[in-house]
Amino acid sequence: MSSAPDPIPLWLVAELTYTCPLHCPFCSNPVDFAHRGTELSTAEWERVLREARALGAVQLGFTGGEPMSRPDLEQLVAQARGLGYYTNLITSGVGLNERRIGALRDAGLDHIQLSFQDSTRELNDFLSSTRTFELKRRTAGLIKAHGFPMVMNCVIHRLNIDHVERIIELAEQIGAEYLELANTQFYGWAYLNRSHLLPTRAQLERADHAVAAARARLGERLRIYHVISDYYENRPKRCQNGWGTTFIVVNPDGTALPCHAARVLPGLEFPSVREQSVRDIWLHSPAFTRFRGTDWMPAPCRDCPEREKDLGGCRCQAYLLTGDVTATDPVCDKSPLHARVLEAIAHAEHESALRPLVFRAPENSLRLDQSAAATVGS
Amino acid sequence: MASISPDAVPRIARLYRFQWEPAQGAFVLLFPEGMVKLNEAAGEILRRCNDRDTAAEIVADLEQAFDSDDLTADVQAFLAEATDSGWVEWRTAGAHP
Repeated sequence: MSSAPDPIPLWLVAELTYTCPLHCPFCSNPVDFAHRGTELSTAEWERVLREARALGAVQLGFTGGEPMSRPDLEQLVAQARGLGYYTNLITSGVGLNERRIGALRDAGLDHIQLSFQDSTRELNDFLSSTRTFELKRRTAGLIKAHGFPMVMNCVIHRLNIDHVERIIELAEQIGAEYLELANTQFYGWAYLNRSHLLPTRAQLERADHAVAAARARLGERLRIYHVISDYYENRPKRCQNGWGTTFIVVNPDGTALPCHAARVLPGLEFPSVREQSVRDIWLHSPAFTRFRGTDWMPAPCRDCPEREKDLGGCRCQAYLLTGDVTATDPVCDKSPLHARVLEAIAHAEHESALRPLVFRAPENSLRLDQSAAATVGS
Repeated sequence: MASISPDAVPRIARLYRFQWEPAQGAFVLLFPEGMVKLNEAAGEILRRCNDRDTAAEIVADLEQAFDSDDLTADVQAFLAEATDSGWVEWRTAGAHP
């Protein structure tokens, strides 16, 4: 490494639990979540929050699973706020009742991100395998009544992308300050269900126009983030702003990862906050240093003038699509395996899904093993 | 571009939190799932947007602190930009929200 200053883990993602009442088939949790170890205790999380803050972590996302299913959430929020974090609660809304939202306000929670799966009750409830659409609307009212800034999040895919205009209208109706239209990224459950979820190019283009028109109409009133699936780009995206440079995820069992999906990568031992300090993990563990910077790159990335720009793209996507963790992300059209992405797109254009949707549920997680998940669609 | 009245009183807008970050050696603005790292001049202006001092008082205070005698144009330009970005809100001096 050069003598550049140490990177700062500005973003800490605290996945408090894998318990979730919803069963979305595009969940970013690992498909083997039901095999994982016991959840960190309150005291263990408090130590993680202190140690990460000392390194400069400042944005903190409480997520899961459904973080409301942790009864100590209010206590963790209060501690985090006291340490100087900006605290974000990322929730489905289930469990966020009048009593708990008041307690979260008192604890100093800064912001709530509320997910919807669609603008219609039918599709929202189908995709989440719950009757939660009306509950989410009521929860949005509570969030506004308690004065929180609110981000509405909706994961976008083939099944709901044609509703983008109505999803934007829903965000306006519920008074969200921000709307995140998060096109599905294909890892975990979403990768398993890719043939159902990858939109066609024509669908993406229509959605793009709808977003542009809404932005022109709404201005600063509702800010819309539109995160595109990079299957339709010809250059890859950086992994979380660069592997081990900005982002640290702590799983419910204490495993620390440079991104949500990294556990699929073979040959890397991911450290646990139960065994090492966050500082040692961040600065020195092989898992966090393995793909930091550009020294690890083989050709064609090594010789590419754009290598500092995208840092070789996403390691998980490279592995899922090529079987090689050091390969150029095949989204890049300089990758010798770029055809694999084009094949997936062609498949989305011409064929209907060959397998039923697999909903995120403990029984499905127990049934699937990693190797089966990794071969689907390749 | 917003126009800045010297008698109006700025404060950090409701959606934002302003604080010093020792690890970054900088003031930052925090908002839902995001952060703006501020340069020194922006940090020094925004730390004075305290819902008490007028724009003119902020200019005078900065001129004293940095031993300079004509910061009005620079500070007004920055405050106009910050207002357009939604970082800063205003009230008229004397009026309390």
